[in-house]
Parts: sequence; structure tokens; C-alpha cells
Amino acid sequence: MKFSFYVNGQQTQVDVSPDRKFVDVLREDLGLTGTKEGCGAGECGACTILVEGLPRLSCLMTVAQLQGCHVTTVEGLVVEERLHPVQEAFVEHGAVQCGFCTPGVVLAAVDLLDRNPEPTREQIREGLSGNLCRCGGYAKIVDAVEAAGRKMREGTPQ
Amino acid sequence: MISRMLEIGYPQPRFDARSKVTGEEKYALDQCPESMLWAGAKRAGIPHGLIRKIDLSRARLLQGVHAVLTRADVPGTNRQGIVHKDQPVLAGHKVRHCGDPVVLVLAETRDILRTALNLIEVDIEPLPGVFDPEEALLPEAPLVHETGNLLRKAVIQTGNVSEAFQQCDVVVEDSFETASQEHAFLETENGLAWLEPDGRVVLIVSTQAPFRDRFEIGHALGLQPDMIRVIGPYLGGGFGGKNGATVQCLLVLAAMHAGNRPVKMWWEREESSTAGYKRHPVRMRYRLGAMNDGTLHALGCELFYDTGPYAHLGVEVMARGMEHAGGCYRIPNTFIEGRCVYTNNPISGAMRGFGVCQVSFGIEGMMDLMASRLGMSRLDIRLKNALRKGDRNCSGVTLVHSTGIVPCIESLGRHGLWTERGGWKAAAGPFKRRGIGIAAVSNAMGYGRGLQDSAIAKVELTWDGKIRVYNGVSDMGQGNSSAFVQIAGEVLRQDASRMELVQPDTDRTHPSGSSCAGRTTYTYGNALIKACEQLRDKLLHRAALMLSIDEPRGLALLPGRVRHLPSGREVPLELLGRFLPESDRIAVNQFVMPVSQDDINTGKEFKIGFPHVLFAYAAHLAYVEVDELTGKVEVKGYLAVTDGGRVINPSCFEQQVQGSVTQGIGYGLTEEVLVSEGKILNPNFTNYIIPTFLDIPEIASLPMESVEATGPFHMKGIGEVGTNGPLPAIAGAVEDAMGCRIRRSPITAESILHAMRNGRGAPR
Repeated sequence: MKFSFYVNGQQTQVDVSPDRKFVDVLREDLGLTGTKEGCGAGECGACTILVEGLPRLSCLMTVAQLQGCHVTTVEGLVVEERLHPVQEAFVEHGAVQCGFCTPGVVLAAVDLLDRNPEPTREQIREGLSGNLCRCGGYAKIVDAVEAAGRKMREGTPQ
Repeated sequence: MISRMLEIGYPQPRFDARSKVTGEEKYALDQCPESMLWAGAKRAGIPHGLIRKIDLSRARLLQGVHAVLTRADVPGTNRQGIVHKDQPVLAGHKVRHCGDPVVLVLAETRDILRTALNLIEVDIEPLPGVFDPEEALLPEAPLVHETGNLLRKAVIQTGNVSEAFQQCDVVVEDSFETASQEHAFLETENGLAWLEPDGRVVLIVSTQAPFRDRFEIGHALGLQPDMIRVIGPYLGGGFGGKNGATVQCLLVLAAMHAGNRPVKMWWEREESSTAGYKRHPVRMRYRLGAMNDGTLHALGCELFYDTGPYAHLGVEVMARGMEHAGGCYRIPNTFIEGRCVYTNNPISGAMRGFGVCQVSFGIEGMMDLMASRLGMSRLDIRLKNALRKGDRNCSGVTLVHSTGIVPCIESLGRHGLWTERGGWKAAAGPFKRRGIGIAAVSNAMGYGRGLQDSAIAKVELTWDGKIRVYNGVSDMGQGNSSAFVQIAGEVLRQDASRMELVQPDTDRTHPSGSSCAGRTTYTYGNALIKACEQLRDKLLHRAALMLSIDEPRGLALLPGRVRHLPSGREVPLELLGRFLPESDRIAVNQFVMPVSQDDINTGKEFKIGFPHVLFAYAAHLAYVEVDELTGKVEVKGYLAVTDGGRVINPSCFEQQVQGSVTQGIGYGLTEEVLVSEGKILNPNFTNYIIPTFLDIPEIASLPMESVEATGPFHMKGIGEVGTNGPLPAIAGAVEDAMGCRIRRSPITAESILHAMRNGRGAPR
């Protein structure tokens, strides 16, 4: 069946089975391998994407659920080669190790800062607690999100 | 924007951070060519049995099934294994654990693959299984292998332990047990393989040992190593679990039947748990003797390592565990006996902290016990006995390299978290109790004697004037390849924008061993310095030629150019690159890690992997709060002081320390592969609980920078040592809070409530 939706602002059409997992559509059908899959069961958050601006686990969604929706993947955060402030902060603050959890954590952080532009460290930990990282100690990610929040607030005209 | 200079010692963003944060970096899992087939294995599902019949007929009839293969289709020895070749690629006669693969299927899609695997019927006659390493050694125990269940028994001894115990003023005894742990990397085992028209097979695989993989695959499948090309991109985590064949042999076998199409194998999370390797569960019996002044004098220790049905690196893991069984202390008389035993449990193998995590729990528990028996402070007894350069360690090896455990402990003792601990402890809220624990730990670096630990580095001035490092040792996330770029940038005085990096590829890079054992940056980094110096000298000579200068004196490599300092004349590297033939733009050099020169007359059972001579050290401190009502333990604060020699990149150093401590806290509090009759009860993240953002406190990391004369820029590897501290430090803190020692990991709420009910948790 044919399904159409918007990925990173671009209208996209696929002809697949309606129960195809959306993470497979992104990675295998559209070649957008920035979105990762770590558990296939909604536990690790590696497959996090934004659907209509809200974080969703693409391993738990079928393509049919996305009909007509606007989807943002990690690839969509880079605008004209410029990293999103969250991405920049992850690079600067050593928040990237093996990097496999990174796209999901970055998108969850983008959403968090969208809802709460000035989160405390506790709120960052709480807000990202659905994303697992196995390499780090989480603190560097918290540092990065704090720094990104600061930068984004400074960059926003009052 | 001005690109950052790559210099040693400053915090720097990792070279791979940008491509990973944008999602551009291609992991093995990201290889999804349109024409690919999917391969998967039908697994035994029972822990021990004889294969009576395999019915493939329904699977073969399924539309979209490309091939269905069994043991009869395996062309070589069918035996894989890093040292001991005891693990079948496909089981043909007998299954020895639930994850043994019996049938390999190739299908057009993953859905068809799953359906086909469900249509296969494997009739297995169950055999009695053995699931306990000590029961496995009883005469009537079922045999996992015909050769017997004892894979290796070994002894490490120094001095005269029986006499020594009689001389001791105090002798304490205790037993400990540690659970199995999952690596739980987020990228599960996977790869893509295909046949080239000339018959060679190419794999892009998530592996820690691309060069060794060729030999393992070749041996198992009857191929010459030169017929196999292994490409090893960045891994989505490894921690030891991708050291040795996971998908490799099955995948190459699949490629041989895929008709030149690429074929992908990707273990699902539960399959990764069932079929993948784990940390060895270990049972330990300790006896420690000291004089009244706290001087340690004798150590007796009996260890049982449950390696599951196959060796993997079981003997080598045990060797390293036995080598560290006496911790980082000076104990002149030791008798350490280990048995590595086959069972029908899941396969144990390499994991960060390689045998040492377990014994650190044992020896550090004994140190706490001895301190309380002698009325000494836990810190003082450690400091008093900590190894110093020039001492012999518990294996009799003379410590001739940097030995920083004393300064690590001293630094911990000066830290506010130690000096202010009383106030914190007293401020516990209602129904909470607080405690503080410490641990002093070490971890050997490198392969040890018997197996040359070497790396071969290659560096190139590209035709367009960039510096390209050909990394031969996998980067599973620890950042070694980023350190290589930094090292090359330092020696060749370049900034990040002028650097390129090639990840391991058996056709393009040179054999540099496996990514493990705290060896990657040390060994390859040393080789790379030599290669870069060679390239630098060459470039200066060639620049002199271009500038018609008699000799290279006064020439300096600068970012993007060579300058003749006296005259200010310059040659851009782009021009040098175009001027020189390819063979002249390359330098290759090798480094071999030093080994112990002591002629120690012990541990002879270990042909490889014993002893070691280089160690990283750390002193850890944990603040723990226990809920009296629920028994729940929370780590509220943590300090790790680490001797890793000089620090190349403080940011990466902290990443490694914080990451290893986090895995150690998981090991200490929640992580246990629950196994019943060989079957894993918690094979996914729903019930195998690794730490989240909410479970880990801020971890303070202090480097204690010794100068390791043999290290690249005087560094040592610290990938593993941090994993060894948390469990014993938490156990000590729980004892400090509750008055009871938990002797089995993980330290769960249940275990604490149980200890409290038995009256051992009463307030002191």
C-alpha cells in the first residue's frame, strides 16, 4: 500500500505493507540510517524521532500510523551544514561515545528544551530517562543539554 | 572558523563526534543495500541434548526462502573459538546451551526469515544438564564435552603460604559470588557479507577483532585468510562482547549460498542475550592473613569460573582474575587456585574488567573485613599494603613500570568526599541509612606473555595534502581512533581539518590486534608515533629538495605546510602530496608491548595471557543511601581517582572513567543474567536493568598522572580499571550503612532485606 508523510520537511511516499515498522521504513526504505534501533521493544530510546514535534519511538510505530504526519529525524536537525545547538553542545561537551544512542538522545533533548527551555539537571535527567546509554555516565549528556539550553536562550530575541 | 590544533593533554571534541551526532556515521548495522538477503539461525532452545531429526521441509517450501543450511553444509572444521576451537558454527550432533545454532536460513525479508525459522522443527533428545561449576566437577556430572568439564585448573603461588598463615596474627575467611553480566551494547551483533566475483568474501561487521576474525572464519569454514576481507566500522558498543566470532562464521556461510547477493545478519535483542557472550559468574573462597600492625602476609584463594559450554576466552579471563586475586597489594605468600569449568549455562567470555571485576569484589571485601578485625581504617590498611614500584605483586612479577595506586589512595583520602563523609552520613533522612565505601583496584594492560601484543600503524600524506591515519584496531566507542588523530596531529603539527581517518579494513590497514585489554591506544599509539616521526622526517627531506636547501635543518612542519624558518619560505603540503609518488607518501611502523622479564615459576598452566607487567590503578569511593523500608540502595555520590599515566585527552579520559563506573554500578546493584536450567529469564531491557539517567550520580573523576615511560606520551589504558571498583565500594558502603556484608552481586533490595531480617542489618 502507498503511504505518504513528511520527513524533515520533504514529502515522502513509500509503497510497503501497512504493518511495516516505521524505523525499518526510515532505515531500509529511505536510507535514513541516523535513526538507530537498539531493542525493538521501546525500552532503549535509540529509535526516537519527532512526530508532529513530539518524541515517539519509531520501533513501536507502523508506517500506517504516520500517514500525513510530519516527522523529524536526526538528519533533519542539520540546516545548511549547521548543527543544531543541541548537536553542537554534544560535540563540545564530550556527550558522544560510541554514538549509537546519540541520535535518539539528541532528539529527546531537542524536545525537552522545546518544552522547558531552562531545565535543572534533575529535570534533564528525568526528561531523558527513557533513553539508555551504555558507554557513558550520563553526566556529560546533562552538561551538553544544559549548555545547549543556555545557548538557545541567548540566541532567542526577548 | 579556525580549526582546532590537535595537541596532547587538552580536552578536545572527539574526531568522530560530529559524524555521530548528525547520524552520518555508518555503523555495520547501517549497511542496508536494496538487494540484500536476511540470514538468521534456528537455535536449540534447550540447554543440553542430542539432535535426533531436523525437519526443514516446510521452511524450504516457503516463498521467499533462499536457502536452508545445516551442519552438513559447513565446509571447514565447523569449529570456532579464539584460542580453544570448541564452538560449532552449526551444531550437528549435540547442543550444549540454549543458544546453539542448528539451522541457518537465508530469506528475502526479515519477516519471511522469522516465519521460516518458526517452521523448522528440530527434534532434540534432552540430556541431563549441568548448571553449577562445582557440581560440574563431580564424577557423576553430565559431560558438556567428552573431554570432561574441567577446561583448565591452574595455580599461582609465591612464597610458602601454609607456613605463612601460621605466622600471621590474624586470619580472616569469607566467600563471595558474582553474577553473570550482559554487555548490553545498544548495537547488537550484526554484519553484512557478500561474495566478490573473484570468490573472495567481504564482511562489514561490528567486531572488535577484524584481523583475527579472518583466521577464525577461515578455520571454521575452510577458507584461506586472504580470501576474506573484514571491514570494521565504528561499533555501537563492544565491551568485550564483540571480541571473537558472533555473526561472522554464520554470515560467511550464508554469503557462500547467497548467489553474489549481500546478506545481512542482525541478532535481535533477545537473541543477543541468548547467543551472545557474558561476564563469567565466579564463586570465590578467600583466606587472608596479616600481622597485628596490618601488614598482609598470606593469601589463599579458590576460584570457580563458569565459562558455559564453550571456552571463548574463559581460560584467559580466569588467568587475569587469578593474577588480580590479591588486588593491588603486597602479599609475599600466595596460593591462588582457579578452575574454569564447562556448564550448560550461557556462554561466558570477554568483558570489560576481564575476570578482574569478580576478584576485586572478593579481595576488597577481605580488606574491609581485615580492617574491621584489626580495628584499622579501611583507607589506612589499603595504603599500608598498596604496591609500590619495585615491589613484587601477588604473582611474583616485579613492578618496573608506573605504579600509582599509593598516590590514588592518598588523593582519595584528601578529597572532600572522604574528609566530610561523617557529616553526610549523619544527615540521613527518616528511614534512610547512609554509608561510605572505598575500593583500590588495578587492571593489567595488554595480552600478557605468550602472545605478542603489537600494532602496526600506517600514516599517509594524501595527494591533496591531508594526513590520513590508517587505524588497524577497532573503535567500539572508547575513542581510540580519535586519540590516534590527536597523536598524529601532535607529532605532525596539524589541525583537525587536515586529518583523515580510515577505520579497520584488512585490505587497507595493518594487523594491530583486537580492541581490548586497555591496549588499543597504548599499542597502536606507540606505533603511530614512530610512523608519524618517520613521515615527518621524510616530508622535511622532500621539502628541502623542493626548496633547494642542502639539509632539512631549520625546516618545520606547520599546519598545511613546511616552512624554512630562517628564510620564511614555505612548501604547502598539497604541493608535496602532488610531488611525491604514493609509495613515498606513506610511513608504516610497529610497536610491541613490553612483557615481564621475571622468571616466575608459577601459573605454568597458562600458555598465553599470563603474567602482565603494565597496570592501570584506581581508588574509588561510593556514597550510598539505603532505604530501611524497602532495602533499595542508591549511589548518591562517587569519586574515582585513576592512574592512567599522562592523559592524552581529559574529556575522553572522563568519558572512560564515568562510563566504566556506570557499568560497574549496574553490576553492583541491578545487573544479573538470571538463568534457570540454562535458560535466560531476563533476555531484554524490560527485565535486564541497566542504569538510566536517574540511577547514576555525578561521578567525580580525578586523574593521577604518573609518567609511564613506555606509553605514547606517557599514557596507559584505562578502559577497564574503572569497572572493577564500584561493586566492592558499594558493598563496603552498604556494610557501613547497615552493618551487614552482602557477599553476592548484585546487591539488590531483596538481598538487603534478607540480611536485615536475619538480624545482620541491625544498627551499630
